[in-house]
Amino acid sequence: MSAPLLAVQGLGKTYRSGGREVKGLDDVSLSVAAGETLGLVGPSGSGKSTLARVVMRLIEPDCGAIAFGGENLGALNGKALRAMRKRIQMVFQDASAAFNPRASVADVLADPLRIHGLASRAGRQRRIAQLLESVGLSENLAARPVHAVSGGQRQRVAIARALATGPQMIVLDEAVSALDVTVRGQILDLLVRLQRERGLAYLFVSHDLAVVRAVSHRIAIMDRGRIVETGPAATVVAGPQSPTGRALVAAIPRLHKEARPNA
Amino acid sequence: MSNVLASLRGLTVTYGSAEGAHVALHGLDLDIFRGERLALIGESGSGKSTLALALGGLLPQEARIAGRIGWPGLAAPPRAGRDIGFVFQDAGASLNPVIPVGRQIAEVARLHLGLTRHEASERARALLARVRIPDPNRALAAYPHQLSGGQRQRVAIAAAIAGAPSLLIADEATSALDTIVQAEIVALLDELVRAGGMTLVFITHDIALASGFADRIAVLCQALLVEAGPAAALLGAPGEAYTARLLASHIGLDTPPLIAEKQP
Repeated sequence: MSAPLLAVQGLGKTYRSGGREVKGLDDVSLSVAAGETLGLVGPSGSGKSTLARVVMRLIEPDCGAIAFGGENLGALNGKALRAMRKRIQMVFQDASAAFNPRASVADVLADPLRIHGLASRAGRQRRIAQLLESVGLSENLAARPVHAVSGGQRQRVAIARALATGPQMIVLDEAVSALDVTVRGQILDLLVRLQRERGLAYLFVSHDLAVVRAVSHRIAIMDRGRIVETGPAATVVAGPQSPTGRALVAAIPRLHKEARPNA
Repeated sequence: MSNVLASLRGLTVTYGSAEGAHVALHGLDLDIFRGERLALIGESGSGKSTLALALGGLLPQEARIAGRIGWPGLAAPPRAGRDIGFVFQDAGASLNPVIPVGRQIAEVARLHLGLTRHEASERARALLARVRIPDPNRALAAYPHQLSGGQRQRVAIAAAIAGAPSLLIADEATSALDTIVQAEIVALLDELVRAGGMTLVFITHDIALASGFADRIAVLCQALLVEAGPAAALLGAPGEAYTARLLASHIGLDTPPLIAEKQP
């Protein structure tokens, strides 16, 4: 097997809360290959969002190593870190909170192009149109304020913004959790298509094991800052080995269609 | 008394006026039966939360209401908090952050049941035990921020049932919780309404969650009632295309993966 795209080793992060120490991350190691989706599932407070943010260097870990594309991501600073951020991007749950509320769709997409010097002023408009098209949005949306588009459209804009820098990996933190179910399916289809077309790797963070199962090659289950189980998606769902894995599988609501015995 | 608790006829709710008017519910006809567990299913903007507020008489002042809500199952029109208990999505926002949770639950009991301070406090303790808060004595004095999200929702449920309501309305009460805690809270609600002989209106966007314990399901879409019927029958053979679409959008553990499973 070739070297993984992302490899984290022995990550630790302790938060202090009211005199108590809470282990946000406790000796976390995982890897994601190019073109692969690793689903990261766990209950609230399990550390999955902390891990996503540590991978993005939005939070500094207390210890451990992060390698991306063979480079020591954990040691990068300044210009080198900015250059690395082109290659690994993030999409959050709530795009309306992630965007400047007064910005237009075009402004949101122009930012990464400008910051990373990816398109000349003249070429920007054309690039924005391309980005919108790649996520299934009309060019006509560019002038609209981001707060005036629908939730599904806004999440498409967030994905387009992540794509703007031509990343190899996107960290998706509960990226479909706030969407209506009919919209959710469309966004998942979009993510899967983009992965197929561009060989993107995803770190797909969610509390919903069923959604994770639908899009992930492998699944890692977290609880209390630790990864308690990792394996191929089908294997983990069919026969979870950890108590947390079993609890997550048991908690997924089943669709009851047959007549139930009356209580 | 009638076995129909509430009868909605031609219920229309409009927010705003003139050109800015937004119809949140349009001509809704629905009966809610005494003792049933009714799930209202819908996506954003379907009108499901407006329906909950209308039932409880909690619509904002600017809302204009047409049509009728009758209560053949009650001797007098219901009072929110006494005859109807509410549980909302965000218990953190429902609870007062600067008052211990025990006092907040006791306040409901004092107001609606005319209990003395001491009796109300005892009732709060009993309710905290009933919603399975570990160590109810200690929890009485806790502030909301000292509790986890799941425990806060248990407290909110305790406050909602403190006035011994005949109707409990849970509006996306488990949507902000993780799946494990969600399953616990749903089981708790199910148990409480069975034991207390309450009627439950359970509002959710999650059709599978509703299917697990609702007797009947009503599907709403863009201010309209799409269809209503017994849960298992309706989901087994949806009568409307929108219901079928909701079912097709559901992702369960047995849903075929969207990706080729071979690892890259």
